[in-house]
Amino acid sequence: MSVAARRRLGSVGAGVLGLLLLIWTLLPLYNMVLVAVQQKEDVFATNVFPPHPTLESFRAVFEESYWYLANFWRQMGNSAYIGVAVALLTLAIGSMTSFAITRLRIRAGWLLTNAALVTYVIPMSFLAIPFYRIMKSYGLADNAWAVILVEVTFATPYAIFIFSQYSASIPYELDEAARIDGASPAQIFFRIYLPLMAPALVAIGTYALLLAWNEYLYAFLLLSSDSTITVPVALGKFLNSDEAPWNYMMAAAIVYALPPLVIYYIFRRYMSAGLTMGGVKG
Amino acid sequence: MASTSTLTAAGARGARPRHARWYGGLLGSDFAWGAAFVLPYLAVFVLFVIYPVGYGLWLGADPDSYTKLFADPIYIETLINTVIYLAVGVNVKLFLALLLSGFFMRPGWWVKGLLLVFILPWAVPAIPTFISWHWMLNGQWGLINNAIWDLFQTDGPPWLDVAHLAMGSVIVAYIWKWLPFWTIIFLAGRMAIPKELYEAASVDGATGMRSFVHVTFPLLANLYVVCTLLSTIWTLGDYNTVHFVSGGGPALQTHVLATLGIRNAFELGDPHMGMATVISALPLLIPLVIYLMRKLSTGEVHL
Repeated sequence: MSVAARRRLGSVGAGVLGLLLLIWTLLPLYNMVLVAVQQKEDVFATNVFPPHPTLESFRAVFEESYWYLANFWRQMGNSAYIGVAVALLTLAIGSMTSFAITRLRIRAGWLLTNAALVTYVIPMSFLAIPFYRIMKSYGLADNAWAVILVEVTFATPYAIFIFSQYSASIPYELDEAARIDGASPAQIFFRIYLPLMAPALVAIGTYALLLAWNEYLYAFLLLSSDSTITVPVALGKFLNSDEAPWNYMMAAAIVYALPPLVIYYIFRRYMSAGLTMGGVKG
Repeated sequence: MASTSTLTAAGARGARPRHARWYGGLLGSDFAWGAAFVLPYLAVFVLFVIYPVGYGLWLGADPDSYTKLFADPIYIETLINTVIYLAVGVNVKLFLALLLSGFFMRPGWWVKGLLLVFILPWAVPAIPTFISWHWMLNGQWGLINNAIWDLFQTDGPPWLDVAHLAMGSVIVAYIWKWLPFWTIIFLAGRMAIPKELYEAASVDGATGMRSFVHVTFPLLANLYVVCTLLSTIWTLGDYNTVHFVSGGGPALQTHVLATLGIRNAFELGDPHMGMATVISALPLLIPLVIYLMRKLSTGEVHL
């Protein structure tokens, strides 16, 4: 086979593969839209395309006009509150710890790094049972802070790694110069360290926010009343009820899935630019 | 666990510059500053890692729970499911991700555009997509069987009502969800390989498959091993996929250890047995963790 023929065959193959990937990727997402835009009675018919597409179920979600959706916006608010709190706490604790390890060079730094590494490799769900009891004994039953603290525990180790790596790219001479000028570690942290770490902070903030927004198991176990639960827990309840209006549920699921998508595509550049830089360069 | 593309290939990273310590170590007020900066993390670690781990081990220390557990046929089935889930799910996913990362190295605008779409399963929250899979696989009115009927005029199988089909469905949904993330990781790994190596290889006559075997694969091997270990550990703790796609059914036949532990603890109200279920995964988990930490601490691959 000539080189040109082989190359043409290669690009046809790539095109076919690309098309298959597209179908594979979009099929479950298409199914969400398909269910959401149908009337309740059509959901249980055998449609591949919606016969009478309607946005009625989205209206129901926005107006909370079905009893299952009565607290939907409250629950979106809970998800957002938990997500933002987890992001801020993870950033604060992670950056302080990495500053102590990489800039103050405390002697127990290696111990902390290993503690973070061990936490990082514990499967989160394995601690659900003790956490359920511990949060009760801390007086945090049915309290958003129980979920926030668990998420922070599992997000901080990753933050410490990334910050420590990124910190290596910030010249140490800056700290020394500031020291000679009489700056305290706190001033160096706020005036030099944090501003120069901005790309890594954005990346980890996004990571922690999305991790908390997506959490199901801990939110399900630690929160119970309709006014404190997050959206994924409400969706899970929906799923387990006998008379589930699937079109409402899918519409609610789509509304819930949109904010992280928007955030992801906005900060994608930061996430790859900030993080691969910290990882690839020495 | 979702994280971003930060695992990067070995070798692309130089040694970190070393600096002299201030005043030869921390003394006096410097020590106080250091302590102040690590105190929050130390508090989190003691209150929310050491305490729950210790408490969990204590809950699972009762030997009677294990006698009860090993006598339970559902547990044995769960054990087999977990092994299948890990062995098939993780390996098929990572191998496909390695191949696809090569595909996404192709030049051209449509490949870049496709990558943006391809990332969607990972960027969309897990619960809605797994609920969608669950609905799509419904034997009577799910999208898949509707499509099979339209295309072939025949009834598709009841995907979630037969144990092995349900387990297969869970694995397929799992691969769908996590394939993009690992593809991006391998893509970053491939991009970190210097172009000169490929040029040198092609001068020596190695192109296509042979440059993959002699250049790409040796340089990605370490990354691939670390990804396999990490992914196995995370998948061992995966609760959502099984819980939402098959729900452990039909007849409790598709549980994995993570979901069975929660069921035993909360649905059956026996936290000792729930914790025993989880702890029974430690003989697999601990060697993986030790091997992984060794790999990571030698600095061959960076997180």
